[in-house]
Amino acid sequence: MTKQVITANRLDDGLAVFFDTHANWSASITEAAVVEKGEEADTLLATASNADNQLIVVGPYLIDVDQQGGKITPVRYREQIRTLGPSVRPDLGYQAK
Amino acid sequence: MYKYDDYDQQLVDERIEQFRDQVNRRLSGELSEEEFRPLRLMNGVYLQLHAYMLRVAIPYGTMNSAQMRQFAYIARNYDKGYGHFTTRQNIQFNWPKLVDLPDILTELSKVQMHAIQTSGNCIRNTTTDQYAGASFDELEDPRPWCEIIRQWSTMHPEFTYLPRKFKMAVTGAPNDRAAVAIHDIGLRIRRDEQGELGFEVMVGGGLGRTPMIGKTICEFLPKEDLLSYLEAILRVYNQFGRRDNKYKARIKILVHEIGAEKFAELVEKEWEEIRDSALHLPAEEIEEISAHFTPPPFDVLPALSSSFSEKVGQDEKFAYWVQNNVREHKQQGYAIVNISLKPIGGIPGDISHAQMDVVADLADQFSFGEIRSTHEQNLVLAHVKRDDLYAVWLKLDEYGLATPNSGLITDLIACPGLDYCALANSRSIPLAQRISERFGELDRQHEIGKVQVKISGCINACTHHHVGHIGILGVDKKGQEFYQITLGGRADENAKIGKIVGAGLSTDEVVDAVETLINTYLGLRESKEETFLDAFNRVGETPFKEALYGAR
Ligand code: HEM
Ligand code: SF4
Repeated sequence: MTKQVITANRLDDGLAVFFDTHANWSASITEAAVVEKGEEADTLLATASNADNQLIVVGPYLIDVDQQGGKITPVRYREQIRTLGPSVRPDLGYQAK
Repeated sequence: MYKYDDYDQQLVDERIEQFRDQVNRRLSGELSEEEFRPLRLMNGVYLQLHAYMLRVAIPYGTMNSAQMRQFAYIARNYDKGYGHFTTRQNIQFNWPKLVDLPDILTELSKVQMHAIQTSGNCIRNTTTDQYAGASFDELEDPRPWCEIIRQWSTMHPEFTYLPRKFKMAVTGAPNDRAAVAIHDIGLRIRRDEQGELGFEVMVGGGLGRTPMIGKTICEFLPKEDLLSYLEAILRVYNQFGRRDNKYKARIKILVHEIGAEKFAELVEKEWEEIRDSALHLPAEEIEEISAHFTPPPFDVLPALSSSFSEKVGQDEKFAYWVQNNVREHKQQGYAIVNISLKPIGGIPGDISHAQMDVVADLADQFSFGEIRSTHEQNLVLAHVKRDDLYAVWLKLDEYGLATPNSGLITDLIACPGLDYCALANSRSIPLAQRISERFGELDRQHEIGKVQVKISGCINACTHHHVGHIGILGVDKKGQEFYQITLGGRADENAKIGKIVGAGLSTDEVVDAVETLINTYLGLRESKEETFLDAFNRVGETPFKEALYGAR
């Protein structure tokens, strides 16, 4: 039972974004739509990659996450960094807010 | 410095308008990402983990104060207040918005800068010795040759789609500070028996997955034949280089597979056909380009500066800095100043907009308005009067730019790694910071002496870790950051690929491991004059391996 969310970079400014439950792109992973790896995830990815979304983001892909309470954390360290910002510059990226 | 003529300016400006149009068409959906990606890459625009990244070419690492100020302006207005100098003497901005990029490129073109050919399978910015035109060991200033190569290779119709990226480096001094042996083509200016200057030509150097030292295929190439010979090499590569496999596409693989001799034969054959073509360089043309690099109007100064000596005697901190960061200049009374972008615990190569402005001001005031970037991710003021060193130092120190560590262990080279780079396995910067802090104490650094540590976040080897005296490569081991250490590499005139010493180390272990290596060296060196590298070459890897992994 692997949980996944969809992430991409926003086309106009390049920032990391996440596909949410209203089929919008959110800057916060906490709003991401969490789906089951497999068919459910693939279906959602197809939506996130459709022509309309190609005008909003670049390169949507699925990432594995841990979901505990309301908190969604990517499994891979690379993706954790994308949700936060550079680990060496806590004053930059999402973590700065 | 070279200045754009109308043709250059027009070419750059047209490219920007083209790119502006391409960005608009991508935003409107007329271009798909698939179509747009190669176009943005041709203009130096990458997409990284957090944002787009813009790589701006600094031809052969020489820039003027106006250009540096423009970098500061861009950092302030379009980015997050800083930039990053890279091992290819270029600068990268980490946070530009795609929608701003055409404007950013316009700002750059106002100071004759661009990002063309900073990505893609073309001929990239030619790099060189950061002390060009200033160092006493130089036979000739290599920059006119870099400029000649730049003009020839910029938008060369035949070489825009090579099998893979192509990088060249030139040194004009026997002490190679440009790492020419690890470039696709390395050029070393030398003298023949008649005393004429020409080039030793090396090909097939490169690092990455398959590290190789370049092989000399021509011992002495007359100057006027440079472009025809380079063209011949590129043609052979373009024809025979492998396009079936990205990992085997660099020229190093071709040279390795067919052998340097065979490769040289193919080049000679091609060269015979074009040697006397339009690529032949007449002396007037060489002179015309060289005229852009004539020495600045130096004052005639005495060999000794009493005010300088006095300050050295009075201020220990200044004396330390002079000892480490100031180098001999060929012009009497002048010196070369190394500006460290490696504060203890800082991010190697990063520089704030305020610091950029200060460096630009200092260049105007004290170094003929000229600045160099180095492949060690530092900056250089190449022509400072010894009398002015104290004033320069005071200002640098005020802005955190006077760390006296040039060439010492905390002068680490590190790539952006997993903090920014989409290709990374592991982080590089935090490791650099921890090593820097561990060895930050100045007396200890001095005791250790010259040693180069280079950290890459993946096997692309952007920091040349294979040729670091101590090289560190980040790998991914089951989702964890791991680091593999190589020892004994060097990038100078005796270039050599380092040896992997053993199994990868965890984030927790790796700084201790570096300390163990250093302590082992301190324990076995014959004298203070024997550097880490000399000692390693004398005793071999065994004592270091045993210290790290135990006598297994
Ligand atoms: C952050 C975005 C970057 C990306 C996507 C990137 C990508 C790559 C790739 C794919 C290669 C291997 C090419 C090959 O072997 O065919 C490479 C090599 C290289 N990169 Fe980067 N790089 C980046 C940043 C940098 C930085 C920041 C530096 C300087 C600090 C740098 C300097 C180099 C150098 C010198 C090489 C050549 C190594 C060799 O000889 O094989 N790159 N880069
Ligand atoms: S070495 Fe790897 S991680 Fe580091 S900048 Fe180059 S591609 Fe990125």
